[in-house]
Amino acid sequence: MRSTLGTQLTAGLLVGLARLLSGATSRWIDCQPDTCQRVYFANHTSHLDAITLWSALPRECRRLTRPVAAQDYWQKGPVRRYLSNKVFNALLIDRHNVKVHQSPIDLMIKAIGDTHSLIVFPEGGRTSGEEVGEFKSGLYYLSKKRPDLELVPVHMDNLNRVLPRGEFLPVPLLSCITFGPPIWLQAKEPKVEFLKRARESVIRLKDE
Amino acid sequence: MIEKTPEPTTIWLVGGVLVILAIATGAGQILKRRYDTVLNPAIVEQFHLRIRSWWIICSALAAAFILGRTATVILFGAISFFALREFITATPTRRADHRALFWVFFFFTPFQYVLVGFNMYDWYAVVIPVFGFLFIAGRIALAGDYKRFLQRIAVIQAGLMISVYCLSHAPALLTQDLPIADPSNSTTNQPAINLNGDSQTLTEETESSSQQRLNLEDKARLLFFFVLMIQLGDVAQYLWGKLLGRRVIAPEISGDRTWEGIFGGICTATVLGALLWWATPFHAWESATAAAIVTAIGFAGGMTMSAIKRDRGVRDYGTLVVGHGGVLDRIDSICFAAPVFFYLTRLLTSQ
Repeated sequence: MRSTLGTQLTAGLLVGLARLLSGATSRWIDCQPDTCQRVYFANHTSHLDAITLWSALPRECRRLTRPVAAQDYWQKGPVRRYLSNKVFNALLIDRHNVKVHQSPIDLMIKAIGDTHSLIVFPEGGRTSGEEVGEFKSGLYYLSKKRPDLELVPVHMDNLNRVLPRGEFLPVPLLSCITFGPPIWLQAKEPKVEFLKRARESVIRLKDE
Repeated sequence: MIEKTPEPTTIWLVGGVLVILAIATGAGQILKRRYDTVLNPAIVEQFHLRIRSWWIICSALAAAFILGRTATVILFGAISFFALREFITATPTRRADHRALFWVFFFFTPFQYVLVGFNMYDWYAVVIPVFGFLFIAGRIALAGDYKRFLQRIAVIQAGLMISVYCLSHAPALLTQDLPIADPSNSTTNQPAINLNGDSQTLTEETESSSQQRLNLEDKARLLFFFVLMIQLGDVAQYLWGKLLGRRVIAPEISGDRTWEGIFGGICTATVLGALLWWATPFHAWESATAAAIVTAIGFAGGMTMSAIKRDRGVRDYGTLVVGHGGVLDRIDSICFAAPVFFYLTRLLTSQ
């Protein structure tokens, strides 16, 4: 899908830029980079989150990982369109008109097939960064339909200071991305319990 | 910068340091093989870390010298940028500080080094302490968040002063014009005093001799001497502290900085500074004094940064975010001593 030299160069450039600006260190705690099918779910505090998380993955994983992003933001203007369609290979979700016969979950499942991984932000939108918000139920339905997917909790620290809500110019502070041990949806686990467990698995990484 | 072959003094200075480093590395390797029986492994590990950072500092400086004056200024600019980033990350800022911080990182930091690069002393001496200070306070006030206002502007200004303003005086050693003050170096250029008292020619000739400037290589050696003294003072202080350290200066701030260590460090640096006078444009007593002052200020810098770290609850800036080098840990003493050494050289070389 992404094969032209131009997109590869842009990707390389962006990865470098994202790493420099966010000064991101990635830590893997009880989890190793792997090309198996995964869903990386993280707290969301900045527009840089998706790019930074994507850049923090090793190249082989990055090639197979598609960030799930908001269509209204990423289809605005030619630059964002080019980046989201050609470089990140993002999966854009229309937040405003959710159709019954084509729910975002179905789209995601269709899009990953049996090779790709996803990056999702289950809080649904950006938060101020002090606390991790309540998770929306998408993660639950996704793993209900595909219980084989590894759910990797990711905690993004300090990115809200690099590029907070409502700002468009970043300040190059240091940040830290922590990948934690994968979780799975357990048999007959109620939705609320599962979402709580998932949220706690992200929060726990903050203090690791 | 060094287009022709380097002067013998430079070769002696740099070569000597490289030989010492090579010996230290070898000793470290031997210690590593048998440390379990001889020494505390933690000390050996510390020794290795120090040697490694020495190699990095020396090769970075050497590379910058070979590439030229501009490369040296850019190198220090990059170090400032990374140090400032560690400093601001470790200190609390609020959302409303964002725009001010943007200007601090992308305007004041590069601008300071551009001014240093072009030797605009009148400007680089005041831009950050005066205009930066006013800008930060004003910009944060405009953002409309008054919580802990004084604290926030103080923190940002302190970060900018320590990691950018102070450090930029190290490469400024290279870019500034320094007259040759040492008569023993320039006697050959001095005109014989005209006993017949032709005052007109005398003043003219004195003027032309005061036009004598240190060349770039002299100034590069001066910068190298400065960094070397700081580093050696640091090592000596550590060793004396381990050997004789009894009275800890401020146990709350740093458990291993003792009066004995600091005194021993300053004395050692004084002796080494005197022994290395030939590498500088100074007399032996001047280079000894400079070394003593610089190491003393360097210790103050190390203590200050430790106090900030203690206050923020981080052990060192390197572990603040795992995997980062901890630039600020390595340069804390250089930051503090750079402006002092800069003005000291101006003082010592002025007639």
